[in-house]
Amino acid sequence: MKISGAQIVIETLIEQGVEMVFGYPGGAVIDIFDALDRSRDRLNYTVSCHEQGAAHAADGYARSTGKTGVVMATSGPGATNLVTGIATAYLDSTPLVAITGNVAQSLMGKDSFQEVDIRGITMPITKHNYLVQDINKLADIIREAFAIANSGRPGPVLIDIPKDIQVGECEFIPGKPNGSKYKTRVKEEELERAMKLINEAERPIIYAGGGIVSSDATEELLQFADLIDAPIGSSMMGLSAVPHDHPKRLGMTGMHGKLAASKAMSMSDLVVAIGTRFSDRATGNKKEFTKGRKFLHIDIDPAEIGKNIPAYVSLVGDVKQVLTMLNDKLEKTMRVEWHNEIEEVKEHPDSRLEMDDSRLNPQMVIEAVREFTGDDEVVATDVGQHQMWVSQYYKFSKPRTLLTSGGLGTMGFGMGAAIGAAIGSKKRTVLFTGDGSFHMNMNELATAVSNQLPIVIIIMNNNALGMVRQWQTLFFDKRYAGTTLNRRTDFVKFAEALGATGYRVEDKDNLNDTLEKAFQTEGPVIVEALIFNDEKVLPMIPPGRSIKDVIIKG
Amino acid sequence: MTNNLSILSLLVRNEPAVLTRISSLIARRGFNIDSLAVGETHDRSISRMTITFRGDEYVKDQIVKQISKLHDVIKAELMDVTEMVARELLLVKVEAKNGQRGEIVQAAQVFGANIIELSQESLTLEMSGEVSKVTEFIEFLKPYGIAELCRTGTTALGKGQYILN
Repeated sequence: MKISGAQIVIETLIEQGVEMVFGYPGGAVIDIFDALDRSRDRLNYTVSCHEQGAAHAADGYARSTGKTGVVMATSGPGATNLVTGIATAYLDSTPLVAITGNVAQSLMGKDSFQEVDIRGITMPITKHNYLVQDINKLADIIREAFAIANSGRPGPVLIDIPKDIQVGECEFIPGKPNGSKYKTRVKEEELERAMKLINEAERPIIYAGGGIVSSDATEELLQFADLIDAPIGSSMMGLSAVPHDHPKRLGMTGMHGKLAASKAMSMSDLVVAIGTRFSDRATGNKKEFTKGRKFLHIDIDPAEIGKNIPAYVSLVGDVKQVLTMLNDKLEKTMRVEWHNEIEEVKEHPDSRLEMDDSRLNPQMVIEAVREFTGDDEVVATDVGQHQMWVSQYYKFSKPRTLLTSGGLGTMGFGMGAAIGAAIGSKKRTVLFTGDGSFHMNMNELATAVSNQLPIVIIIMNNNALGMVRQWQTLFFDKRYAGTTLNRRTDFVKFAEALGATGYRVEDKDNLNDTLEKAFQTEGPVIVEALIFNDEKVLPMIPPGRSIKDVIIKG
Repeated sequence: MTNNLSILSLLVRNEPAVLTRISSLIARRGFNIDSLAVGETHDRSISRMTITFRGDEYVKDQIVKQISKLHDVIKAELMDVTEMVARELLLVKVEAKNGQRGEIVQAAQVFGANIIELSQESLTLEMSGEVSKVTEFIEFLKPYGIAELCRTGTTALGKGQYILN
């Protein structure tokens, strides 16, 4: 049977198991939206306020559910508004399929109305992208896009579909999702070398990244840690992979990591890095970071081996499969001395950093919120100080419960991500944000209201761009260029104006009562917490430096 | 740190924008390439590219790994310089003044170049050979006055059984 290109898009998305499309209509996708709307009983959609919000929502949906996120936008500005969202997904390896409409092929290359070369623009921030030029290839291109987005190291794929392809017709042959799973091919001698390295180490530490989350390898990781008796430090992307109360857990390492975690790294003689890429924020000074220790690097992406840190031994493969192979061979080892050293570092007074509790502080807010949230409720963050505080103080229990822009560091990510997570998880979702980040995409509160999504938005308002302010305090002689905003935004009124509920917490005494009210409210609710504007994120390893230069006190 | 010239051979899908994908990846990862030659293979759906670049072991490792990640790249391999043949094609137009033509024609014979176009003011030569040989020939021609020239960049194939597929 012949059907339209627009209908082929819908049929293929359904065939791929897609249940939700995030997007925004426009002239060059009007046909696809028309087909989408007529199939709404089989494939639902959510319209955002701005395409960037839709991209972050699709990303948040993917991160919280493990399924592929789908976002759709029109040509020109619709497509360019997706760019930050696609780049965010690319840097954090989220499976995402972005579909854009474009002008008809006869109008392409002529600077037609709302025409941009989105394939060219998104080339460096996608795993692959397509400009569909033949309707007969449309269905297979979409199928291939899903396969690429999900294979190996996940990531975004963009498909640009000109108008004439959407309205054209061709024969459609239904297909099935490509179920072929990635197969790890690790050679026996590579495993042996890795085992030898582990067995010879006296002070091994595991450094767990986002690969543990995307490969669903928490169980294997914990078993591995138990077998080799090593503590686990995490990158920010790997934070939710290890339950907060696990005895081997040290927490986040790096620039704003837990002191004990970063110290343990610097005391180790072997780092077993799993599903992580050694971002500069995580390593600091690479010479110091690597001095005196070897690295066993396990990752699905061969290009990550040796890119930032030279690996002594590497195992390329799906981390869940590689860890299973190792666990099958490893015998339980006890490293009592190392264990005791780690416990000593953990118990050191400097490792127990508590914030000044004479005033309402971020730690209090985060810990109080945790009293109201379940273990499987998703927490999204924006970017900046609040993001680090959440990473340090929120007690994560399950993988995929922390959604945060780690690689690109996208302020404005959180609101869209929370929307995607609330829809994907069908549960209440918490967004921690700052006044700076929230201002970037706060229009999406309207989307949350339209869809009556249970999102609790905690705005830590310090009336400044706190993270940059902190750098200015420490490294720029307190010259606060551009970071004191003097906004007069009344977030409570803003919430009400958009049809949500708003509360304000001004001091610690009314924190719990307000949160109680907020968590009982239906639909989206804002809680604005007024915090001290020189509250700092500590500890801090200054950029490009090492643990030796760590700043502990503000 | 060694910065010897390396030769990377690629088999890529003959799809639109594939050249852009590869050149933009090379540029954004900060790799310095000397030349890039591309053309269809005997299978029209596949093109072969030869890229020459300078870089240490780190660059060599990363350039192969990063390019291999591109969906349109079927195979990427560094050529073993001892197990390959490499040639570059040169077209060069020389301002051959009266009395100088003989010298140029003689030199062309020595360098293995052919005269492919002749006019009152100039003559155009073609030559293929190893990069160093081509460069040498150009240096020789300079005093006679080069009007314009065109080099294809290196192309290379493995010797005997070394086949990229």
